[in-house]
Amino acid sequence: MTDPIHREESFTFDRHVLEYIQQAAEHGLYDIRGLGAKRKLPTFDDLVFLTASASRYPLEGYREKCVSKTVLGTRFAKKPVELETPVTIAGMSFGALSANVKEALGRAATEIGTSTTTGDGGMTPEERQSSKTLVYQCLPSRYGFNPDDLRKANAIELVLGQGAKPGGGGMLLGQKVSERVAGMRTLPAGIDQRSACRHPDWTGPDDLTIKINELREITDWQVPIYVKMGATRVREDVKLAVKAGADVVVIDGMQGGTAATQQCFIEHAGIPTLAALPLAVQALEEMDVFGTVQLIISGGIRSGADVAKALALGADAVAIGQAVLMALGCNSPTYTHDGERIDATDDYAKLGTAPGYCHHCHTGRCPVGITTQLPELESRMTPEWGAKRLKNYLQVLTMELTTLARACGKSNVHHLEREDLVALTIEAAAMAKVPLAGTNWIPGQ
Amino acid sequence: MDRVIPLDLTRLTVRELNHFLHHDLPTGDAVRVEILNPNGMHNLAVGLDAPAEIDILGHAGYFIAGMNKRANVTVHGNVGWSVAENIMSGTVRVKGCASECAGASGHGGLLVIEEDASSRCGISLKGCDIVVGGSVGHMSAFMAQAGTLVVCGDAGGSLGDSLYEATIYVGGKIHSLGADAQEEPMTAADMARVSDLLTKAGIARDLKSFKRVASKRSLYHWHADAGQEY
Repeated sequence: MTDPIHREESFTFDRHVLEYIQQAAEHGLYDIRGLGAKRKLPTFDDLVFLTASASRYPLEGYREKCVSKTVLGTRFAKKPVELETPVTIAGMSFGALSANVKEALGRAATEIGTSTTTGDGGMTPEERQSSKTLVYQCLPSRYGFNPDDLRKANAIELVLGQGAKPGGGGMLLGQKVSERVAGMRTLPAGIDQRSACRHPDWTGPDDLTIKINELREITDWQVPIYVKMGATRVREDVKLAVKAGADVVVIDGMQGGTAATQQCFIEHAGIPTLAALPLAVQALEEMDVFGTVQLIISGGIRSGADVAKALALGADAVAIGQAVLMALGCNSPTYTHDGERIDATDDYAKLGTAPGYCHHCHTGRCPVGITTQLPELESRMTPEWGAKRLKNYLQVLTMELTTLARACGKSNVHHLEREDLVALTIEAAAMAKVPLAGTNWIPGQ
Repeated sequence: MDRVIPLDLTRLTVRELNHFLHHDLPTGDAVRVEILNPNGMHNLAVGLDAPAEIDILGHAGYFIAGMNKRANVTVHGNVGWSVAENIMSGTVRVKGCASECAGASGHGGLLVIEEDASSRCGISLKGCDIVVGGSVGHMSAFMAQAGTLVVCGDAGGSLGDSLYEATIYVGGKIHSLGADAQEEPMTAADMARVSDLLTKAGIARDLKSFKRVASKRSLYHWHADAGQEY
């Protein structure tokens, strides 16, 4: 039977757009949410490896080692960061995340031999104690930033921007600004906190050079200095960061996550990680510092295959954030208490969402206890449980990475190269600057 | 009498200077370090964490005495951007003028600029006290969270924009106030506060001329009617 109701949905004004317009008209404020871009973008899934057969010689998985050791910050620092895997944990603040989660990240990173990173809220004693290798972020807000913690850091990350909101500052809504969070940030508890988008004490690349030197002087040139940027004008920005003296450049693509920012930022600013990485590599090559200045790429990295492809395209390491939270149970229908799985779908429903769709980190009412400061929710994710889950996940990523590297005939994951990849779509071929599969065609070259 | 250690920057690099100040300062005795021939160099005496007296004899560049703890640093000249940025404790005194962002994100201690300070003085302030003998440029105390900015002269435009819990006192004219900043009556406690800071700064001014500026706290929570104020 045919439907008597005529339904011709507008492509321009579809149901999502109608909802957006009507919400805007209702409230007079833009949408704020967590996590990263949800729109369909070219990704590492659009690339595949040309693994070994007759023309290449694969390595035997059981008997032949594939090294994953990664060293970052060899340019100027006396003590570069040495990791067992190129998979690092991205900066996420205490405030955005609970103290339990920060501790879990440190424990897992330490067990697996990688680094974790502070965030826009300073360094907590728990994360310093639990993290063998901790990267201390210097952000525009300077919340909790102090020379004692600076000297305790294994590396310093000067944050100019992030992929979810390049050009924008941080945000933490009042429900997450607990007494402890507020104390660390020198703010009144419960306010909707807005961070600055520019650093308070310097402007522009020439000043950045002097700022980097100041941080080096304060830390006696011991630890590496990373410069992190959201992916926009990547080639130019990487060159300026290198000229300013960065040891390591971190590029965060538009799929990178956030605890809270405007929806229009998340979906409409920056370029995809896949497009950003080759531009960063190009910049390093043009400045003749490829291999001297290390490159970390982030933004939507999910699997060991993503890591392998990032390394093949020229990254020295990746940083993961959202996937870390998902390993801890983000968007899972249950949380675990005393070994039992407890259903949390009602709590998702109270937020107006459901497992698999939730991006409500900004509310502070995370049903699985990750992006919250409420004690009753925080207790749903214990450091012990979280650390075990995250260690497993990081281990899988490294195992998948070495599996693919061996299949490409590499005894070191850092030997993966662009020549090992082809693209499945014209867009990915153009962005990644590798040939379309079955051809020798790289669009634009 | 203090023991004086001269460090001449025509003979030492900035790295050698800071290394000495971090690791080789004699302990126990009263020590005064004189830094000679700074010639506008950047990053002098940064990251100090000792109760030392440091005199920089001449003009200096960016980030002088950055992240200072416990030390008392005096610049006998002018300074570039961001003097005493993120100061934690101790005192930094500039006998001349300071360029932009003086005392940016300072957490504690005292910064004294005896003459004028440029734009964004006390930006992102987090507990430090700043006394400026002359005037300050626009956007001073932008997003200042805690602490005090005392301006004996005039204040440029958009003073205290997006102010949190810091307090500003201005002895001269205020060109304009920023979003969420408002002038409030001076109380006896305010008078005492200004008097105390001026005494510590060694600057004499008539207290009656000072005006108090603090946050309206109207932007602490998102609301539609604030529009472009955010």
